[in-house]
Amino acid sequence: MEEVTNQSNLQSQSASDSKGESERWASIIGGSAMVLMGLQQRSLRGALMAVAGGSLALHGAKSEKSLPATIADATGINKSIRVEKTVTINRSASDLYNFWHDLENLPTFMQHLKSVKVHDDKRSHWIATAPLGASVEWDAEIVSDQPDRLIAWASVEGADVDNSGFVRFQPAPQGRGTEVKVVLEYNPPGGALTGALAKLFGEEPEQQIGAELSRFKQLMEAGEIATTEGQPSGRS
Amino acid sequence: MKAVCWHGATDVRVDNVPDPKIINPHDAIIKITLTAICGSDLHLYDGFIPSMQSGDILGHEFMGEVVEVGSDVKRVKIGDRVVVPFTISCGNCFFCQRDLWSLCDNSNPNAAIAEKLYGHSAAGLFGYSHIFGGYAGGQAQYARVPFADVGLFKIPDGLTDEQVLFLTDIFPTGYMAAENCNIQPGDTVAVWGCGPVGIFAIKSAYMLGADRVIGIDRVPERLQLAKEFGKAEVINYEEVDAGEAVKEMTGGRGPDACIDAVGMEAHGTDAVAIYDRVKQAVRLETDRPTALRQVIVACRKGGTVSIPGVYGGLLDKIPFGAAFNKGLNFKMGQTHVHRYLSPLLEHIQNGDIDPSYIITHRMKLEDAPKAYEIFKQKKDNCIKVVLDPL
Ligand SMILES: NC(=O)c1ccc[n+]([C@@H]2O[C@H](COP(=O)([O-])OP(=O)(O)OC[C@H]3O[C@@H](n4cnc5c(N)ncnc54)[C@H](O)[C@@H]3O)[C@@H](O)[C@H]2O)c1
Ligand SMILES: [Zn+2]
Ligand SMILES: [Zn+2]
Repeated sequence: MEEVTNQSNLQSQSASDSKGESERWASIIGGSAMVLMGLQQRSLRGALMAVAGGSLALHGAKSEKSLPATIADATGINKSIRVEKTVTINRSASDLYNFWHDLENLPTFMQHLKSVKVHDDKRSHWIATAPLGASVEWDAEIVSDQPDRLIAWASVEGADVDNSGFVRFQPAPQGRGTEVKVVLEYNPPGGALTGALAKLFGEEPEQQIGAELSRFKQLMEAGEIATTEGQPSGRS
Repeated sequence: MKAVCWHGATDVRVDNVPDPKIINPHDAIIKITLTAICGSDLHLYDGFIPSMQSGDILGHEFMGEVVEVGSDVKRVKIGDRVVVPFTISCGNCFFCQRDLWSLCDNSNPNAAIAEKLYGHSAAGLFGYSHIFGGYAGGQAQYARVPFADVGLFKIPDGLTDEQVLFLTDIFPTGYMAAENCNIQPGDTVAVWGCGPVGIFAIKSAYMLGADRVIGIDRVPERLQLAKEFGKAEVINYEEVDAGEAVKEMTGGRGPDACIDAVGMEAHGTDAVAIYDRVKQAVRLETDRPTALRQVIVACRKGGTVSIPGVYGGLLDKIPFGAAFNKGLNFKMGQTHVHRYLSPLLEHIQNGDIDPSYIITHRMKLEDAPKAYEIFKQKKDNCIKVVLDPL
């Protein structure tokens, strides 16, 4: 299906296409293949909206582009940052889901997040650190919440950085714990913020998300995050 | 406190550094009573393990007394006399729960670097470069030990520090090397390298039922130790071709299992060894696998190659065709020290073995630079150095 461009379009489509919708959910929730490979040219936001029924007033319409954004598109620097990473954690899906579901826990293992403030069971406010002491902020809404299985979210209108993502919890084979998959997509606006965002997520966002997931795993399995910060050396 | 710090290849110094403190809730602080230099430290000393930083505190064979514990430490108490496995393990992950402690998922804060190099990260190690976590080591007066309840083993009274210190690494390492050989009645095990690890592999191979054990080295006092302490038959590879010799000694079959207790800095003089030296010197090859090549060619068909010797990166000219066509089994890796510590402690208590026998040098921590030099150059008949941190 083609990219969803606005809310009404999205609603009518999802209403008329419930079979396709359940297939899409199956591919996101149940599949073991790379989610992003499946999405290919489509945006994650679009897919999430489509399968969730698109009840949100979500920002991200591409109908009218600003000049910088058009230039960015043309030069390719406006490419969205998409990341997919899976880690297996030796805990039950419900333990992991419960910890994650309290979004205010996220900054304990996501180093780029300064804070997450939960307003109600849908809406939350996120602040991430950016280079040079700056920060970027956005409001996010939970797009889908399936206990012990999946939490999906997306930024709403007015976000500094348009972003969306989900975390999926899937039991691993016999005695191997739970496979935790995170898929994220950031659509940097053109212009100055693009560079800042690239720095924010490092040269290799995949590696950063990997490190964050491994800190989540350490916290859940070992009860602490491994570190050597503060230990002595012959450098001090 | 005083600590042995790495400042570059063949440059170790005893520096004054801050005392370690509790950082994580499962940490303990140990006042070190005895520590040692390992053959693995020589790979750092010679600059062949990447990701060392000037000022890193060395050492992974150490023991002492618990002087402080973190808020979540339950089992370990202040005042306990303990030995510390060189591998840092959480106790709760898939690998720890399957007794594969050196593969712990949760102890390496720099796992991402290791993943780039190896695909996955193994456990954090004390004093062993930043790829393995960058943990400050135990050639010092104090050390911080993460996961204290999992990683500290209490030592009963009546055993000296020297008798139990090698439970931290080289005794379990030699033992695991032998266990990996899957020794059957009548088996001959050949051990390349009669350093501390090789010596304990020889002892352990007999403990596990080997019929014959053959030790290979070129350093006379090490061969002597293998013969007297280890009861092995020995081969000086500078006098005879070791591969030919073990084949002759086993009726042409080859040893049932061969252990490479040499690792990445093997000595060698043939053309391929010179090629390795040149490539390693200019960093085109990270490891110099002379012993590994010989082990593969010498091992009998369907036999086992067990590799306690450390390798770090890319190896050239490995006779993989020989390995494949002879259907060899390979076993290797950093030692799962936690798995072996208690049973081996029992062997020491029962008087089956006294590991302190291999100590040739007892020195002060301050003398570490000299100790490294002596151990590295095998001067003064040096086989194993222990350092007193007081
Ligand atoms: N797997 C582990 O967890 C683990 C633990 C401790 C040590 N190690 C490794 O085990 C190896 C041995 O450690 P060590 O403390 O005994 O070191 P060591 O340097 O004292 O001993 C190595 C011995 O090998 C001999 N040697 C060198 N080249 C040889 C060759 N081509 N053929 C036969 N012998 C040769 C040397 O003469 C020396 O006696 C090192 O690579 C060390 O890093 C591994
Ligand atoms: Zn060692
Ligand atoms: Zn573990």
